[in-house]
Amino acid sequence: MKQSTPTYYVPPQSHWPIIGAVGLFFTLGGGGLTLHSLQQGQVSLFSQIILFSGVLILAGMMFGWFATVIAETRKGLYSPKLDISFRFGMSWFIFSEVMFFFAFFGTLFYVRFFAVPWLGGEGDKGIAHMLWPDFTAVWPLLNAPNTDQFPPIKQIIDPWHVPLINTILLVSSSLTLTLAHKALKLGNRSMIKLWLGITLMLGLSFLVLQVTEYFEAYRHFDLTLQSGIYGATFFLLTGFHGAHVTIGSIILFVLLIRVFKGHFTKEKHFAFEAGSWYWHFVDIVWVLLFTLVYLL
Amino acid sequence: MRHFLRLFLIPLILFPSCIYAAWDLNMPIGVTDTSQEVYGLHMTIFYICVVIAVIVFGVMFWSIFHHRKSKGAQAAQFHNNVVVEIIWTIIPFIILIAMAIPATKTLIDMYDPTESDIDIQITGYQWKWRYKYIGEDIDFFSVLATPAEEIENKTPKNPNYLREVDNVVVVPINKKIRFLFTSNDVIHSWWVPDLAIKKDAIPGFINESWTRINKPGIYRGQCAELCGLHHAFMPIVVKAVTEPEYQTWLQQQKQVKVAEAASAQKEWSLDELVTVGAMVYQKNCAACHQADGQGLPPVFPPLNGSAVVQGDIAEHIKVVVEGRKGTTMPAWDKQLSAIDIAAVITYERNSWDNHTGDKVTPADIQAAIDNQ
Amino acid sequence: MYEQTETTHHGPAKGLMRWILTTNHKDIGTLYLVFSLIMFFIGGTMAFVIRAELFQPGLQLIRPEFFNQMTTMHGLIMVFGAVMPAFVGLANWQVPLMIGAPDMALPRLNNWSFWILPFAFLMLISTLFMDGGAPDFGWTFYAPLSTTYAPPSVTFFIFAIHMMGISSIMGAINIIVTIFNMRTPGMRLMLMPLFVWTWLITAFLLIAVMPVLAAVVTMMLMDIHFGTSFFNAAGGGDPVLFQHVFWFFAHPEVYIMVLPAFGVVSQIIPTFARKPLFGYHSMVYATSAIAILSFVVWAHHMFAVGLPLGGELFFMYSTMLIAVPTGVKVFNWISTMFKGSMTFETPMLFAIAFIVLFTIGGLSGLMLAIAPADFQYQDTYFVVAHFHYVLVPGSVFGIIAAVYFWLPKWCGRMYNEAMGQLHFWLSIIGVNLTFFPMHFVGLAGMPRRIPDYALQFADFNMVTSIGAFLFGTTQLLFVYNVIKTIRSGKTAPQKPWDGAEGLEWTVPSPAPYHTFTSPPAFTGKE
Ligand code: HEA
Ligand code: HEA
Ligand code: CUA
Ligand SMILES: [Cu+2]
Repeated sequence: MKQSTPTYYVPPQSHWPIIGAVGLFFTLGGGGLTLHSLQQGQVSLFSQIILFSGVLILAGMMFGWFATVIAETRKGLYSPKLDISFRFGMSWFIFSEVMFFFAFFGTLFYVRFFAVPWLGGEGDKGIAHMLWPDFTAVWPLLNAPNTDQFPPIKQIIDPWHVPLINTILLVSSSLTLTLAHKALKLGNRSMIKLWLGITLMLGLSFLVLQVTEYFEAYRHFDLTLQSGIYGATFFLLTGFHGAHVTIGSIILFVLLIRVFKGHFTKEKHFAFEAGSWYWHFVDIVWVLLFTLVYLL
Repeated sequence: MRHFLRLFLIPLILFPSCIYAAWDLNMPIGVTDTSQEVYGLHMTIFYICVVIAVIVFGVMFWSIFHHRKSKGAQAAQFHNNVVVEIIWTIIPFIILIAMAIPATKTLIDMYDPTESDIDIQITGYQWKWRYKYIGEDIDFFSVLATPAEEIENKTPKNPNYLREVDNVVVVPINKKIRFLFTSNDVIHSWWVPDLAIKKDAIPGFINESWTRINKPGIYRGQCAELCGLHHAFMPIVVKAVTEPEYQTWLQQQKQVKVAEAASAQKEWSLDELVTVGAMVYQKNCAACHQADGQGLPPVFPPLNGSAVVQGDIAEHIKVVVEGRKGTTMPAWDKQLSAIDIAAVITYERNSWDNHTGDKVTPADIQAAIDNQ
Repeated sequence: MYEQTETTHHGPAKGLMRWILTTNHKDIGTLYLVFSLIMFFIGGTMAFVIRAELFQPGLQLIRPEFFNQMTTMHGLIMVFGAVMPAFVGLANWQVPLMIGAPDMALPRLNNWSFWILPFAFLMLISTLFMDGGAPDFGWTFYAPLSTTYAPPSVTFFIFAIHMMGISSIMGAINIIVTIFNMRTPGMRLMLMPLFVWTWLITAFLLIAVMPVLAAVVTMMLMDIHFGTSFFNAAGGGDPVLFQHVFWFFAHPEVYIMVLPAFGVVSQIIPTFARKPLFGYHSMVYATSAIAILSFVVWAHHMFAVGLPLGGELFFMYSTMLIAVPTGVKVFNWISTMFKGSMTFETPMLFAIAFIVLFTIGGLSGLMLAIAPADFQYQDTYFVVAHFHYVLVPGSVFGIIAAVYFWLPKWCGRMYNEAMGQLHFWLSIIGVNLTFFPMHFVGLAGMPRRIPDYALQFADFNMVTSIGAFLFGTTQLLFVYNVIKTIRSGKTAPQKPWDGAEGLEWTVPSPAPYHTFTSPPAFTGKE
């Protein structure tokens, strides 16, 4: 067969995946050992060392793996078809993240519209109230059915302060990231650096505010993971979102460095696009969170 | 309904006995209208499935037989026909609708616990059931009665092996009985096949169900949801009796209560306590801490040689009465009488290698309960 | 571009490092299959322990706590360690060969997906040796038995599940991207072989539901270690919430375990009937319909938890509906056989057994879907019978059939047909002897997950145990046959089955280390 298209690049053997597998094993194994020992009321240095080395190995793997990929791209080994593979791959990965959050939002929905009302005596299974005669179902739920085990919340976060600012921060960061992308397509490198830098700053400010909010919740509002289902869902959703913002910021940071190093061309800049898809996804999750967790 | 049943009895008589209940091959028909409806539904669906299977496999084996290469069959080349595809989409759909109609009717009926004559609250515990007759001041636990020797194959097994309890639930026939299910720890499931009731007992929530039994008798079942170590050993025995017998039983239960209250006043000797304690221990504690007191560490600690058991009496009482937070050790004051707790603690302190010689009295326990 | 010629034409590396560092889809496929085989035998050994204890009433060999661990680990290992990796292995070998791709789309990621698995199972199996024992709360790990009342090893169980989830998601992304992006020019979606189609849909299901599993174990982890109350009514949560999230994952999961087997059967039946597959389009639509419906039926596992009436009815109806597209598939297979010119080599025998026995399992599934009757079936051996019929002569026979069917292509040698036939007949007898009597004891009232049972169930349990030993040992014959084939089988021609069609038969046997480095010509007919 005569070939009209460039061949699809099949990489040679690689040691990154096995390093990644070992790193993951150490991270989760070390994490398991750590939690396990904490449960027994001990602090085990050994488990923490394993956990920590796992994280290091994983970070090294990421670094090395991506460096290989970048080097290969820059050598021109990648056909347009491979670019499409990356695009599909990233989209499906984001879809899997969507499903991860979907489960958590589903939990929130179930708790608000089924579990809590039932415990409070409303709805199809309201007879459960027999077991919790002192419980009233309201949302936000400040007093759990058993307040000895799950201490009450004094106050919840006011959505119109920090969360609103955070919304503005993240939404505008999505905008500035789009501007950076536009600049990249135009080949205006100083503008890329500017907008990308601003995006990163906005992301980091979001994280700082989020941390202060958590601090306030724990210190002054008694709003904690242990304060019943309101606290549990609140920290679950905002916490995993925060973790994703952190990852997103790291991605943005790497992209920024690469821009400074002169990577990316007007036509080919998949890594940049993938990073921005991720960022927009995180942003959309926040908008949902702001509405469903803070407002409603 | 009767007619419906007769319809199914005909094939049952014609068929070889292999589908008949007498061999314990099939679902019991049961003793309530609901259970009979469920049985009818089960058999209808079963026969429909058999017919489908016979047709489908019939065609398949027919072609396997006739269209084999060794018989010189030439392969046809057709591979598409929209009309048949539509037909075999629609016919199963219609069959399903035919199945769904009676199923829906039965289900709606089962979901109506209103206007009951008797309400019984059933609570699952690891690994026993508690029955509370609402409005009657009757409240008791029901625990497996099969001796450990039979389970360990040391003595022959009796016919009701694993399906016998110390206190059976007694209910009258022809009365609508409402059950309220809940649990004290993990999820259990209360199942008596003859009543066609299986409902999960969920901690913190309540499920409802009802029955009206047509025939006096003893109906046996067991916990159906994996609930830990002794899930296999928490049977259910329901005894359905006539209304007068039920009234007598109620009276007896109340007398037992009075007698119990009286015995709390009495002065107990160490030996008496140890004897009663041994029984209480077997029924309530041995599942986790084991008959020999060795426990199953680390989840279930040993009592033999235990620091708590050999140490301060007050601490020992506290653990038993209040339970241990965050572990499976429950607060026994909710489950046992002061006498039983006193007896079992005395037993533990004077068994195996524990020779403290201590005697704990019901009054000590009562004091601890009141001081909580 | 000198690297390209260098990397794409080299042969396999030597030694152990070939397997650890490989990026080759055939190597990785083999790794998956070997791993799965080992897991089948570990899981099978646990089934032996279960069956040995249940041989007679009374506690003979093991204690209840160990029995519960065996049941749990058997379920987990069979589902996550044996069946799923086996199908991923088949996809790795076959998808690129069947669509004319040089390899999987993301070969390094492919290696990572595989190598996470052995570590995940190392972690899972190590729990057997921990204080307090392995997980003992069933493969469905219902809270609060798996949270407040769990053995300490549950933490490792959770992290092992996380690893399996990562592996499956990465693997599925790779497969889906390969199928969308790497088809040879001219192979439109509606011209793809059915095995590829079923895997495309399976991969979609995996990406959609594995994250949900990750989410639910994460919530468990938080309830156990961080004092949250997702599954605890005292804090406003609900133990039943766990079941909703779990089954939202686990029902699609059961189709993940069977759709690729549908694909295998759809390749094998036309081959040995020497007649094109009947109703290709309706097969594709039916598979998609099954996948879509599988998202809205989850609560049929929860009929007895006391759902409100409306929910009960909705899930009953939606579950029953799945019979329609599944029926379409069965009817299409039979129409393919009808007026064919059939021969009955081992793969065909297993495929036919698949159709019959899977249908039996499907019909009992339909009985389970009838909510009021399910109150009597739920958590009994009737359910155990149902799912072993769809999983063992369903998924596992699908895997075995696929191995017999494609083994000549993989290793260039023919298996011993007589031994294959013997393996088939012994398996058929064994599987039915094992799982058919379970229907009876289940209906008669024997709950599942019990180490000891009432006397009226004794006879059938003994039959089941004998069947299990027969079936399990028979599988050694299969392994022997496969090893012998690889070592010293007769040389296989490029196309060992005269009715076979598809790109995989256009490459030599054994398939060279690198195939289709440039896209092959494809003249698919509609
Ligand atoms: C490969 C795996 C697999 C497959 C394919 C299926 C397929 C089906 N399953 Fe099964 N199921 C399991 C694996 C699987 N299941 C497992 C593992 C469990 C237990 C989990 C646990 O608790 O541990 C379970 C449990 C389970 C339950 C819960 C039982 C309980 O716990 O009480 C139910 C209830 O509805 C059910 C229903 C069905 C139905 C309706 C189908 C349908 O898809 C079947 C459709 C097929 C047919 C119907 C046959 C072919 C069709 C025709 C010939 C057409 C004509 C037919 C008619 C019109 C009737 N399954
Ligand atoms: C695919 C999944 C699968 C498979 C194959 C099996 C196989 C078997 N299972 Fe089961 N089983 C489950 C999934 C499976 N099982 C699940 C999910 C549960 C529920 C757990 C729970 O309640 O939590 C369960 C529970 C379960 C129980 C109930 C336990 C209880 O409730 O306490 C029993 C009891 O007899 C049992 C028996 C068996 C037996 C005898 C086999 C025999 O068939 C074993 C013999 C098989 C082999 C030795 C492997 C043969 C395969 C090959 C040779 C393939 C080759 C492959 C390649 C080349 C890649 N299983
Ligand atoms: Cu209680 Cu099982
Ligand atoms: Cu299901």
